[in-house]
Amino acid sequence: MVEHRPWLTFIAHAVLIFGAFILAFPLWVAFVASTQSAVSFNQIPMSLLPGGHFIENYSAVLTRGVASAGAVPVVTMLMNSLIMAMMIAVGKIAISLLSAYAIVYFRFPFRKTIFWLIFITLMLPVEVRILPTYGVVASLGMLNSYAGLSIPLIASATATFLFRQYFLTVPEELLEAARLDGAGPWRFFRDILIPLSRTNIAALFVILFIYGWNQYLWPLLVTTDPNYYTIVMGIQRMVTVADATPQWQLVMATVILALLPPVIVVVGMQRLFIRGLVEIEK
Amino acid sequence: MEKRVFFEHRLTPYLLVAAQLAITLIFFIWPAAQAFYQSTITQDAFGLSTTFVGLANFERLFSDSLYLHSIEITLVFSALVAASSLSIALLLAAMADRVIRGSSVYKTLLIWPYALAPAISGVLWLLLFNPTIGIIAYALRQVGYSWNNFLSGTDAMILIVAAATWKQVSYNFLFFLAGLQFIPRSLIEAAAIDGASPFKRFWTIVFPLLSPTTFFLVVVNLVYAFFDTFGLVHTTTAGGPAHATEILVYKVYRDGFVGLDVGGSAAQSVVLMAIVVLLTAIQFRYVERKVVY
Repeated sequence: MVEHRPWLTFIAHAVLIFGAFILAFPLWVAFVASTQSAVSFNQIPMSLLPGGHFIENYSAVLTRGVASAGAVPVVTMLMNSLIMAMMIAVGKIAISLLSAYAIVYFRFPFRKTIFWLIFITLMLPVEVRILPTYGVVASLGMLNSYAGLSIPLIASATATFLFRQYFLTVPEELLEAARLDGAGPWRFFRDILIPLSRTNIAALFVILFIYGWNQYLWPLLVTTDPNYYTIVMGIQRMVTVADATPQWQLVMATVILALLPPVIVVVGMQRLFIRGLVEIEK
Repeated sequence: MEKRVFFEHRLTPYLLVAAQLAITLIFFIWPAAQAFYQSTITQDAFGLSTTFVGLANFERLFSDSLYLHSIEITLVFSALVAASSLSIALLLAAMADRVIRGSSVYKTLLIWPYALAPAISGVLWLLLFNPTIGIIAYALRQVGYSWNNFLSGTDAMILIVAAATWKQVSYNFLFFLAGLQFIPRSLIEAAAIDGASPFKRFWTIVFPLLSPTTFFLVVVNLVYAFFDTFGLVHTTTAGGPAHATEILVYKVYRDGFVGLDVGGSAAQSVVLMAIVVLLTAIQFRYVERKVVY
């Protein structure tokens, strides 16, 4: 702070508290709704204090699911989301580490071409090539499978660039020393490069886990079997019920369960998360 | 910058890039190429025969009033989301940069919405704005506005803008805060000694120095509003009422998957690709060079 201006500091606190309150308000209302009974939604406006049906609603969605949404238990959808998010995060990191290693530490024909091909994927989000990508996955027989949910998403230009940037800053003496000691490419990669990249890998993992968990359009396209629904896209089927009012207490219980894992990851690993975010976008 | 020391192996590098390359070619390049091809053909109703039609799909697209409407809607939506989430985030970041006590608590309280999927954010706001039971809809009724996002296009648009903005504030906040903390204190102190008020310092020194961050965030926010908000629209308004919230990414899905118009959807994909290429090019060209003051 440059000068002492108590009223300005007071305003700063007030604005921040107000902002935090506005951000938290929808979450609070969702939590309150998830603890109500079905009939309590007849009361208008809805109560802003939690009701007594917390255990009832949460155990209902976790074990039985919501009938209008194909009655998939939320536990199944949470598991699917977890598997998908883990496969995407681990897969992206693994193949990006390998390709960044090749691009930085080897000289080979088509190196530049491969680099540009990977770069182009930045400009091709799923949203812009929906139909043909679906066609490819369908013809490979990967619909309704974990492979279909995750593999098409694990190519990653951003992760490859991040590791490439990082590898370029690793002192060349390390490679010289390793080669003098007779280390081959695999050994250098495994024993020197990977341990050095640990923090970057962890930071990236946080970001990619959230990215994978929050996928929406892709699971919507490639899953028709309710046993492969992920939680974020499964909620849509609970909200848009034909000619009926959604069962808000169950929808909101599912929403809370769907947002809890990524929020815990972001809040619990805040340092890594911020580092990952800023590094990726640099 | 290149390494001066490297491995001489011939086959190893290809093995290393094989997985990344295979996935890129099969799931990215090949479908994109197909989108280009499909945008130049039409299929009969049963998908049995295809005819090459050149640019006819694009002509049809750009003479379709619904598509032009969708472009307009997307521009309005993106501009509103970018403007409101950036200004709210800048205000919060400027305040957070000022406080010392409790700053890490505020940070935690302000960044968690980043973790939410746009679809989840949409459902949260759908409840708040629900015409019968929603708290905000109720409050609006009390002040004499009869809110109904299922009937009014304007109300539906406000709903998706609110949900998209709410989720994006955290992201912008983090980058603005990082940008603010990067500004040399000595500049601000010098201005303070010359008698510039905090308000004046912000607009004449801090804000111009933040321009690289702001510019970068504008591009990122436009990309977010254009492409990442599909789930938000799909869970809340489904493009309605009467196409009032049918943004481009929603339309390409609807025409392709529900309407089964292969050529039309592919042409839309090509247009969207052009938009991404443009936005990415702007980002790389100007953000790399940094904004000059």
